[in-house]
Amino acid sequence: MQIDFKKFTLGNGLRLLVHEDHSTPMAVVNVLYDVGARDEDPSRTGFAHLFEHLMFGGSVNIRDFENPLLMAGGENNAFTTNDLTNYYIQLPAENIETACWLDSDRMLSLAFSEKSLDVQRKVVCEEFKEHYINRPYGDVAFKVRELAFKAHPYRWMTIGQELSHIENARLSDVKAFFKKHYCPVNAILVIAGNIKTDRALALAEKWFGSIPPGEKYERRLPVEPEQTQARILEARSDVPLDALYKAFHVGARADKSYHAMDLITELLGGGGSSRLFQSLVKEKKLFSNIECYHFGSSDPGLLMIEGKLIKGVPMTTADLAIREELDRLCSAEIAEKELMKVKNKTESAILFEDMSLMNRASNLAMYELMGDAGLMNTELEKYLGITPREVHTLANKIFDERNSSTLFYYSNN
Amino acid sequence: MLNRKTAPVITDAVKFELSLPPSRQFTLQNGVDVYMVDMGTVDTLMLNFVFYAGNNYEQRNPEAAAANYMLKSGTSKKNAFEINEYFEYYGAYLNRSAGHETAEISLHCMKKHFSELTPVIAELIADSIFPDEELEIYKRNMQQRLQVNLRKNDYVAGRLIDSYLFGKEHPYGRYSSPEDYQALNTASLKEFYKKYYQHGRCVIFVAGPLPENIQQDIEKNFGHLPLTGSGRPDDRSGAILPATEKKYRITNDPDSVQGAIRMARNFPNRHHPDFQKMQVLNNVFGGFFGSRLMSNIREDKGYTYGIHAYLANLIQDSALMISTEAGRDVTEETIAEVYKEMKRICDEPIPEEELLTSKNFMIGTLLGDLDGPFQVCGRWKSLVLNGLSADYFYRGIETIRNIKPQELQELANKYLVAADFYELAVF
Repeated sequence: MQIDFKKFTLGNGLRLLVHEDHSTPMAVVNVLYDVGARDEDPSRTGFAHLFEHLMFGGSVNIRDFENPLLMAGGENNAFTTNDLTNYYIQLPAENIETACWLDSDRMLSLAFSEKSLDVQRKVVCEEFKEHYINRPYGDVAFKVRELAFKAHPYRWMTIGQELSHIENARLSDVKAFFKKHYCPVNAILVIAGNIKTDRALALAEKWFGSIPPGEKYERRLPVEPEQTQARILEARSDVPLDALYKAFHVGARADKSYHAMDLITELLGGGGSSRLFQSLVKEKKLFSNIECYHFGSSDPGLLMIEGKLIKGVPMTTADLAIREELDRLCSAEIAEKELMKVKNKTESAILFEDMSLMNRASNLAMYELMGDAGLMNTELEKYLGITPREVHTLANKIFDERNSSTLFYYSNN
Repeated sequence: MLNRKTAPVITDAVKFELSLPPSRQFTLQNGVDVYMVDMGTVDTLMLNFVFYAGNNYEQRNPEAAAANYMLKSGTSKKNAFEINEYFEYYGAYLNRSAGHETAEISLHCMKKHFSELTPVIAELIADSIFPDEELEIYKRNMQQRLQVNLRKNDYVAGRLIDSYLFGKEHPYGRYSSPEDYQALNTASLKEFYKKYYQHGRCVIFVAGPLPENIQQDIEKNFGHLPLTGSGRPDDRSGAILPATEKKYRITNDPDSVQGAIRMARNFPNRHHPDFQKMQVLNNVFGGFFGSRLMSNIREDKGYTYGIHAYLANLIQDSALMISTEAGRDVTEETIAEVYKEMKRICDEPIPEEELLTSKNFMIGTLLGDLDGPFQVCGRWKSLVLNGLSADYFYRGIETIRNIKPQELQELANKYLVAADFYELAVF
């Protein structure tokens, strides 16, 4: 399915993408800021995400962000990743100007209230506890990142490395962060839905056009040195079951190996007929569940395999069995039919994702961040062109044991 | 000069004309009703089979969930791997789920592959064989999953609050232990399957930009199946027996840093005249990000990452549920604040402005929810399964538009009464 859009750049450097869809009564305003947890100071992690919370605490001219939006029949949310921060508003198209008004004012400047910072620090600490402390296996993702990354800031989580980093955030940090990252030259605006391009452009000019451009943030992150030796970490915790986690370094989202890598994770872990599930859960009965996925991150990231062991299965047996499945993928080219299966799954996943206006809007912004929103329309072709040989070559590169980080997570019980 | 202080003029969402796109109904030769929602711009379809086969119907817990899960575990022609591979080859998702009243099979697929997939779904409904080995894998894996879940305070709280509201013997309040999984056997699952799937009562929903031959396709594949069950449970669908004790503090994980809080009361089902009114009141109270509970307990006090109030989506009987995870040291304060908000909404009429905001939000999101064939079909499914018609949908909108602060205050005094609430914190 072709996603039509028009691209403009406003005088202040803000990029605007407009996607018309007149089959819906709704409109979406999506603002992506080119800043994520990877841009944080190692001693103040979790800041990009905490900042996202503060973006709802009122802006320079609008004391209350939430109520005017609700009054306009709108809903909104945001998410922060290691790479980027994305805000979206969906509302009835008639009231789209309200969204432009709200989003432009918080791009202009925040209210910077002590009270808001104080409350959101607590809220984020509760979020941290809810997802990572008060939860069996909640600390795993922290350990895996620290094991796999030695230099790159992907070694910490978006939520932050530790609670104290969030507890210690000061209003001066908030102001500096805003100045550095939240400005037109570092943002991408998408207006989508039941609106004409002319009107979208006029609204963007009206509300965003006069915001000072700000300074382009030049990202200079430490490059992760190539891993040359397998890494193993053992941990013990008060959890019911042993679990096993393996991470392999893979290329960046914009790398040409991305599509074959994505298909490899699908071959291994996507669904009831995937290789790891069929072999290790169903046939050998070593795991009660097993998954394979990747980060899809802007910088080179990780492909993960993780599973919980059946009670009584030795860790080494489980680890060896995963290795055998990976070796099988590395030893021979896969059959065309199996490759076709994962291509069809991908085609279908793209179609289902594109059904939602909100997804289309945020995807346009993300592809633009990658270099060109038009890439969104050539994705499927790239997947369909992958050959068994490419899969084979890439699998051998990724699943080199020296490229692996393994966490043996033992139950105390 | 641009005036950034004043909000742009808006159209109040309550003034929007909302309509529920139609569903076309027809009946297969075996008597099964099919509801079709023909709309959408993306070539994807959803086909949904609702069986009256939830845990309301089981003799032993968790038979209904196990039978539903095992529908993809083998037929006389295909083993589990082949079934999975077949659907996945076409990029289709075949999911199943079991609730209290109903259990479902749902297919999401690309339109171009629809007719390749329907015959295999018919095969699962007519010819599943429940292999012993598959059941053993399921039992072990589910016991392991349960062990992990039981370590989570919010999971434990969710089970307990339902058992207080409805009683442990009622399907809504019943929950599974590892021993219950251990006791599952293929003979009783086959019995359940025969009665509630092969010969069960089924309703079919299909949505998307439908192919021209959709009706023939469904008739050909499903019209000859003996789906003539009555949809009535054998027994056990016992009376609701709420617990007499109202307040509970449970220790689940002594090291936990948060308490899982549930506060709940029984509430009548959708047929009760107060149900839709309560949805409006609940929205103001705890139903969305701008609600009173969220504004006070998250946005003012920072006690929690989120707090929500909702009416349980059940057919026979509902419940009003307040749910949150709060810091261990502020759990009691959080509960106290919820009661304060209850008292405030009982004592003072909701200010007009606040009410209009909440109403606009409800209508605005409803407009968004009706955007797309699957969402529209979901609305119709809810109406059909609850024995309601499109009138109910339009009455709901009128209720949102017209209800006044005074009536909501009366409603609050009827239902948001602290003494009627079960109160649970799991640490």
